Amino acid sequence: MARRVAIVGTGQTDHRSHRPDVNGREMIYEAVKRALDDCQLSIHDIDAIIIGNMDHFESINYVDTWSVEGSGAVMKPIMKVTTGGTTGASVAIAAYYHVASGFFDKVLAIGWEKNSESDTTAAIITCSDPVWDRAFYSGAIPSLATEASAYMKQYGATQEDAARVAVRDRTNALSNPHAHLRKPITIEDVMASPMLAYPIKLLDVCPRTDGAAAVVFAADGVAQKIAPKPAWIRACAARHTYSWFGDVDYNAGLLSLQRASKEAYQRAGIREPADEIDVAELYLPYSYAGLKWIEDLGFCGPGEGPGFIRDGHTDMGGKIPVNPSGGVISTNCIGATALLRVAEAAMQVMGKAGQRQVPDVEVALATGFGGCFWSDVLILGKARP
Amino acid sequence: MDNIAIVGVAQTKYERRKKDKTYYDLVFEMTKGVLEDSGLTLEDIDNVITVSNDFLDGRTISSMAVGEAAGAGDKNISTVEGDGTFGAFYGAMRVLGGFNTTLVVAHSKGSEGDVKHITNGMFDPIFQRLLGLEAISASALQANAYMDRYGVREESFARVSVKNHANAKNNPYAHLPMELTIEDVMASQKMADPIKLLDCSPVSDGAAAIIIANEAHARKAKTKPVWIKGIAHCAEEYFLGDRDLTNPKSLRDAAKRAYAMAGIADPLKSLDVVELYDAFSYMEPLWLEGLGLCNPGDGPKLLDDGITTMSGALPVNPSGGVLSSHALLVAGLARIIEAVLQLRGEAENRQVEGAKTGLAHGINGPCGQSHCVWILGTEK
Amino acid sequence: MTVNLNQVESLTLQGQIAVPYTWWVGRVGSRFLIALRDEAKIIGNRCNRCNTVYVPPRGNCGSCFEDIDQFVEVSNEGVVSAYTVVRFKYPLQPVDTPFAYALIHLDGADVSLAHIIKADLDKLKNGVRVRALFKERSERTGHILDIDSFQII
Repeated sequence: MARRVAIVGTGQTDHRSHRPDVNGREMIYEAVKRALDDCQLSIHDIDAIIIGNMDHFESINYVDTWSVEGSGAVMKPIMKVTTGGTTGASVAIAAYYHVASGFFDKVLAIGWEKNSESDTTAAIITCSDPVWDRAFYSGAIPSLATEASAYMKQYGATQEDAARVAVRDRTNALSNPHAHLRKPITIEDVMASPMLAYPIKLLDVCPRTDGAAAVVFAADGVAQKIAPKPAWIRACAARHTYSWFGDVDYNAGLLSLQRASKEAYQRAGIREPADEIDVAELYLPYSYAGLKWIEDLGFCGPGEGPGFIRDGHTDMGGKIPVNPSGGVISTNCIGATALLRVAEAAMQVMGKAGQRQVPDVEVALATGFGGCFWSDVLILGKARP
Repeated sequence: MDNIAIVGVAQTKYERRKKDKTYYDLVFEMTKGVLEDSGLTLEDIDNVITVSNDFLDGRTISSMAVGEAAGAGDKNISTVEGDGTFGAFYGAMRVLGGFNTTLVVAHSKGSEGDVKHITNGMFDPIFQRLLGLEAISASALQANAYMDRYGVREESFARVSVKNHANAKNNPYAHLPMELTIEDVMASQKMADPIKLLDCSPVSDGAAAIIIANEAHARKAKTKPVWIKGIAHCAEEYFLGDRDLTNPKSLRDAAKRAYAMAGIADPLKSLDVVELYDAFSYMEPLWLEGLGLCNPGDGPKLLDDGITTMSGALPVNPSGGVLSSHALLVAGLARIIEAVLQLRGEAENRQVEGAKTGLAHGINGPCGQSHCVWILGTEK
Repeated sequence: MTVNLNQVESLTLQGQIAVPYTWWVGRVGSRFLIALRDEAKIIGNRCNRCNTVYVPPRGNCGSCFEDIDQFVEVSNEGVVSAYTVVRFKYPLQPVDTPFAYALIHLDGADVSLAHIIKADLDKLKNGVRVRALFKERSERTGHILDIDSFQII
């Protein structure tokens, strides 16, 4: 029988474009210390650790064994889980199963990246098949630009619609002391920023960030003793649907997110996501995703994304606030990015989100995006499931 | 722990260069193979764990290449980067955590990259990597320390190589079945003292898969279930100079917890067969010490006394071990598969008669910094 | 069209991943490399809780999981605790073979430092005393190989 599992503590670094003062291992240590402090545990209370990042961003092979001093895994079980952009969420889901399985009571999930140490694009273009895709269609921007232009053609969305998403997230980041980009921007700023690949402009996309995140998971019975109001894991689901960018049907919506969220809603008993979910932390690596993917999540109908955003439903104080943390457009330490979504959702449920707290959060949703249009979904709740 | 079992296994032949197949092809072949072995269909599988490494595959997000090949298009999926024993452990967690059946598949094509460059990448870029350390020279430091500490002779390591390459002759999947003498090993090319060419495992191409199922789904499979009795993993310090390389304390810890889970008090008595990760010949006796099968320093004696030979009381690596076939990451999963075949009684010429309890073992990181220990049994 | 795949030539594609890296050493590690560069000295640090002196120094003790702030100078001399004479050639090796890797337990440290020994390899054994041979000041850049090698005393 699977055990119930809750998040009892979170920690993250103050995210920056580069962190010259620490090496990767020391940066991980910072986040882990903060997570342990948050739930008043010592590293000696932790039974197992899961860590994730992207190998070629720092060129460390076997990050699990390299990290032990910073991750706290000296004489402890540790394993590495890595799935591209979804890594942070995949690490969180792995932590869930470490505990749900009954093998471990208190588990630490870590995601990190020091993007300043490499050429992110030189590394990311190697994600696609060396024989078929790599030479001409690779990296993050070309496929996302394809998705965006297809969406615009399909539903008449505009560049200004997308800019509104970037402005929302960047505005929210002003209330998050950990966020990397904390300077307000306007729709005009986005429109005037350099074009990278039509229709994506510089201010439509995420930055490169140095940072780490750590989240403590605990078993039913243990969790309540650590945190008075733990954030229970109500559901998790993942779909890594495609292997080749050429196989993606850009007019069918984000299939992996449709499927993963459908399963997660079913497990959590959610029928009307926009009504039943109080806050969503979405892995939106670029602004256009903020229009389209909320449709795939069922927050609104197909093609209704731009209107839903324009009407302010996803703003703080709206029907379903999206990305109170400032989201990926404000902070993107890739291996940590999806775990930061989970951490923020947990903080919102636990009432620990400070100035960016959404009032009375009962249910929160977190997503990860990566690989070849892949999605991971977690649903967290205040009520013990 | 609820009863969970391994109900299907598949592995490729391990060889120097599988030039006719991409790793996508290998994973697809293994996915079909493991379903066929188990008698289950892809519909019976509700989640997938792939095991791969971006350095080995020369690719960021190496798992992107194989999800579809593993039949995971519309299934829950994740990826463990590390040895297959660790990936399979996560697979087992997911069955105990609510799934019915996990398919675990690992691949590696050592022939497509440069394994020395890749293992150099294990060492931190600031203090160790620029010295040029990689797996062979780092392991040589460990072998040297081990010999010095306990007065072990190089011939004792050579004897392991002789035994395991001979065992490999009974394993149709093995890369290097060989009839060797101690003199052959001793006279082979010096790599990094005391390690010689025939003390090293080869670089192999290969893939493997298993299916782990809960009790209800184990009944659906056509195979004789092999029950998972205990699993544990543990890591120790990172810097080579921080560690006592002669004391595999993380293995000791993992073994202790795996035995406790399986209710084993005296492993030497309880275990019938061991498949361990002997990437270099000296590792077999050292890991046997870490597994608590003898006192520290007595590892070589187990072979000298014939205990770990095919006819001994506790055969170790009847398959020929990693020394005879080393597809990185896959090798740990292969240890589990070999233990499963032994317990099913399907290990053919390498069968240990009447094997009921088996141990499989895998490692991550330099010089066995992190270990994973599996105890498998024929009885629930 | 059915093709007999056994008659198709198996092609390969040559390539490599070319990603440039700039690793941040961090302030603690920088202190160590700067001491190598500017003073030809080896610096470690001591965990206040377990008193272990680490070389190279690090931001925190892995076992106690506490910050370390106390730097200590250790000796440029020490004892070989493990070694291997490397015979095979490989492009990432910083010197020609044969040479040795050694774990060197420096006087004043509690852990060993991995480094290189180039000369007198026939005299090498565990327990032998060695001393750091630094490169000339003008050649030192703040790099682990600012110590050219260790020499048997």
